[in-house]
Amino acid sequence: MDTQKMSHASSCHGQGSTHPMHHHAASHDHGEEGRMAAATMAKKKDDPAETSPEEEEYHSLMRKWWFAFAISIPTILVSYPNFIPGIRDILPAGSSLLWWSRVIVGLLNLVVLAYSGNQFFIGFWEGLKHRQANMHTLIAIGVSAAWIYSGVALLWPDLFPSKEMSEIYYDVTSVVTALVVLGLAMEIRARGRSSEAIKKLIGLQPKTAKVIRSGQEVEIPIEEITVGDVIIVRPGEKIALDGIVLEGSSSVDESMLTGESLPVQKEPGQEVFGGTLNKTGSFKFKVTKEQGETALANIVEMVKQAQASRIPVQKVVDQVSSIFTPTVIILAILGYILWYNFGPEPSAMYALIVAVTTLIIACPCALGMATPMSLTTGIGKGAENGILIRSGEALQVAKELNTVVLDKTGTITEGKPSLTDVVPTGGLSRNEILRIAASIEQGSEHPLAGAIVEGAKKEGISLAEVTDFNAIPGHGVEGIIDGKRVVFGNIRLLQEEGIPYEHLQELALRLSDEGKTPMFLAVQGEMVGIVAVADTVKEDSKEAIQQMKKMGLEVVMITGDNERTAQAIAKQVGIDRVFANVLPQDKAHHVHQLQSEGKKVAMVGDGINDAPALTQADVGIAIGTGTDVAIEASDITLMRGSLTGVVLAIQISRATMKNVYQNLFGAFIYNTIGIPIALGLLYPLFGILLSPLIAAAAMAFSSVTVISNANRLRKFKPKKI
Amino acid sequence: MSAWVTGIGLFLIVGIAWFFWGPKGSGTKAEMTASGYQVQTVKVKGAYSPDTVIVQAGKPVRLEFIREDRSPCSEMVIFNDFQKSVTLPYGEKTVVELLPQKPGTYPFTCQMGMYKGKLVVKE
Ligand SMILES: [Cu+2]
Repeated sequence: MDTQKMSHASSCHGQGSTHPMHHHAASHDHGEEGRMAAATMAKKKDDPAETSPEEEEYHSLMRKWWFAFAISIPTILVSYPNFIPGIRDILPAGSSLLWWSRVIVGLLNLVVLAYSGNQFFIGFWEGLKHRQANMHTLIAIGVSAAWIYSGVALLWPDLFPSKEMSEIYYDVTSVVTALVVLGLAMEIRARGRSSEAIKKLIGLQPKTAKVIRSGQEVEIPIEEITVGDVIIVRPGEKIALDGIVLEGSSSVDESMLTGESLPVQKEPGQEVFGGTLNKTGSFKFKVTKEQGETALANIVEMVKQAQASRIPVQKVVDQVSSIFTPTVIILAILGYILWYNFGPEPSAMYALIVAVTTLIIACPCALGMATPMSLTTGIGKGAENGILIRSGEALQVAKELNTVVLDKTGTITEGKPSLTDVVPTGGLSRNEILRIAASIEQGSEHPLAGAIVEGAKKEGISLAEVTDFNAIPGHGVEGIIDGKRVVFGNIRLLQEEGIPYEHLQELALRLSDEGKTPMFLAVQGEMVGIVAVADTVKEDSKEAIQQMKKMGLEVVMITGDNERTAQAIAKQVGIDRVFANVLPQDKAHHVHQLQSEGKKVAMVGDGINDAPALTQADVGIAIGTGTDVAIEASDITLMRGSLTGVVLAIQISRATMKNVYQNLFGAFIYNTIGIPIALGLLYPLFGILLSPLIAAAAMAFSSVTVISNANRLRKFKPKKI
Repeated sequence: MSAWVTGIGLFLIVGIAWFFWGPKGSGTKAEMTASGYQVQTVKVKGAYSPDTVIVQAGKPVRLEFIREDRSPCSEMVIFNDFQKSVTLPYGEKTVVELLPQKPGTYPFTCQMGMYKGKLVVKE
């Protein structure tokens, strides 16, 4: 019944913005039920303008802190009147005025517990119902023990064997409550900050867009826009959704998605992405994805998922923390028994201090926060730089990498061949050769063909008509141009056709050595020239590979190209180990081979044909503008095409994991050192015993340490090595 | 007096150990709906109630989380074995759908690991 009411209520006020991420998350589910779930989830409001529950919680905690803080001032005054000049005279020891003011302070502290400390007791009680112990359990027991003890000491001092033992500890109640509540508030603040990257991403999407509806331009909220709508974008405006440009052209700043600072030129037929910024021109585009399905929404969802995921090291932490709290309670009781029986007088007082201090100092807040804080920050850092880290585990593994396998085409190189050489070898001129080669390739689907046609167009050569065109798979093409039979292809084609080519072999080899692919053109059975195309190396590939080597990584190149071409490219960029002639389906096998050599391997590829290898590798890094296939197969996706992203991703992983270990060390060390001291281990030797107040301050401090250490990661800047 | 304190203390220790680590109730069995889903509402308030949900293997499970707890610890639920993490907006119903194939115990926690629950998948 309750449930129904709840879901009804939520669907009623869910009119605001539809949250892209929830929508997307639900869209993974299939079938009718899944779609229903999607509908429920899509109705969730998450308007940044409204105060979020976290924001409310923060303000409520701050009010609680101020109250507890205000009450702790009179509490300290009446607790230690003898040490405070002035108060000493107004409230002399043993006076009834002191006794009454202590009673009043005791009651005020009850209000502190009931108001400022209520979440401890709620958490304590809810945990008890499930026979679970949590951080609230420790604090609730600690502060209430102090309060009850003080009340008994105040009302029935005769119960205690000595007068010193009938001391009050209301200061522990209010000060500890104040400190812990402040710690919780700061934690919320810090968390809000660490997911800033996500907020930034969500904030990228405009709320409205100008759409053409029945011939008119209207501005409507983006949740009402459907696939197929046409949106008009003017200079300086943000692009609302993903789509394809219909008319007009412009340059678009996609840096928010890719981290690439140079604007991208957009022409009709090209894709535009929601959240990116239109710079110069106006254009119209057809919406291809609704809100919640866009690349931006996918990215936001992925980053959120990753930030909440756990890293393997966290498993240990989880196991520790599940036995931790009950163990601490048991230790506190043991401490009480030992101090009561063997401690110095007043032993009951010492016993209480020891028990309360142990409970408070052991609070595992810092431990619980240690890894999530760093992960959120590190993954957010990646997102800011166009690096999508899909899980916390990927981060931990990426830190341990020692080998990087780079796919050649599209990763080291542009993946788009271009025309490099036209060499006449017969009676025809260079331009004539290019004209014929480009003409015959017009109809071919081969990527190399496109390069030649484009090259000819660039030089302003008009193409001839081709008849009887025929593509010979694995060899080349043939056809009739100007009434003459033309064949164009590789050496195998020449062999098959019986055209002598031996005199050109040296030239062809030289071109191959330069990383180019030579193709032979024959007219009427006679060699007339060689046309070479090459996939050009990306501008910053060499530098990125250099940096990887300096980071201590072995860099390996993998390619389907022949040995010569592969070696030529490898030499250009400084790679020593090359796997050439590798069929796409064998790439995974080669990755496995490296792994069996005991290496931790990252595979970097452009996603589609590299998918099995990306999956096989310890860390699969997809390079490209976030196509679905690439993202699905990889652990890390680089939105920008450059290899420097790999360097940056590994740097971020290393920095994040270092941060995680620092945090864990800080939190563990603090508990492992803090608990024995609280139990009084140092007392027999040095007479050192912690006061509960110091324990509370130390606990708050440990959380602050973890938070600020994680925040240091926000300032992480990629290093040039 | 000191024998009393010692006795009570030791009794408490045994009691606490049994209370937190002793055998626990078997959990709540998810309800089977006509559409073939195993549905269970889980309240998030200081802990998950129920914290142990029993389901059958191979049939889709739908957990409906209702968060009635403002503390930031409760803002997310993570099913590590299913690679799923879901944000729970305050005061609303959030559906998590899972398809457990193998029998076993699959824990779910908040992102800090403070709230703990488990999905017990039976044959
Ligand atoms: Cu917490």
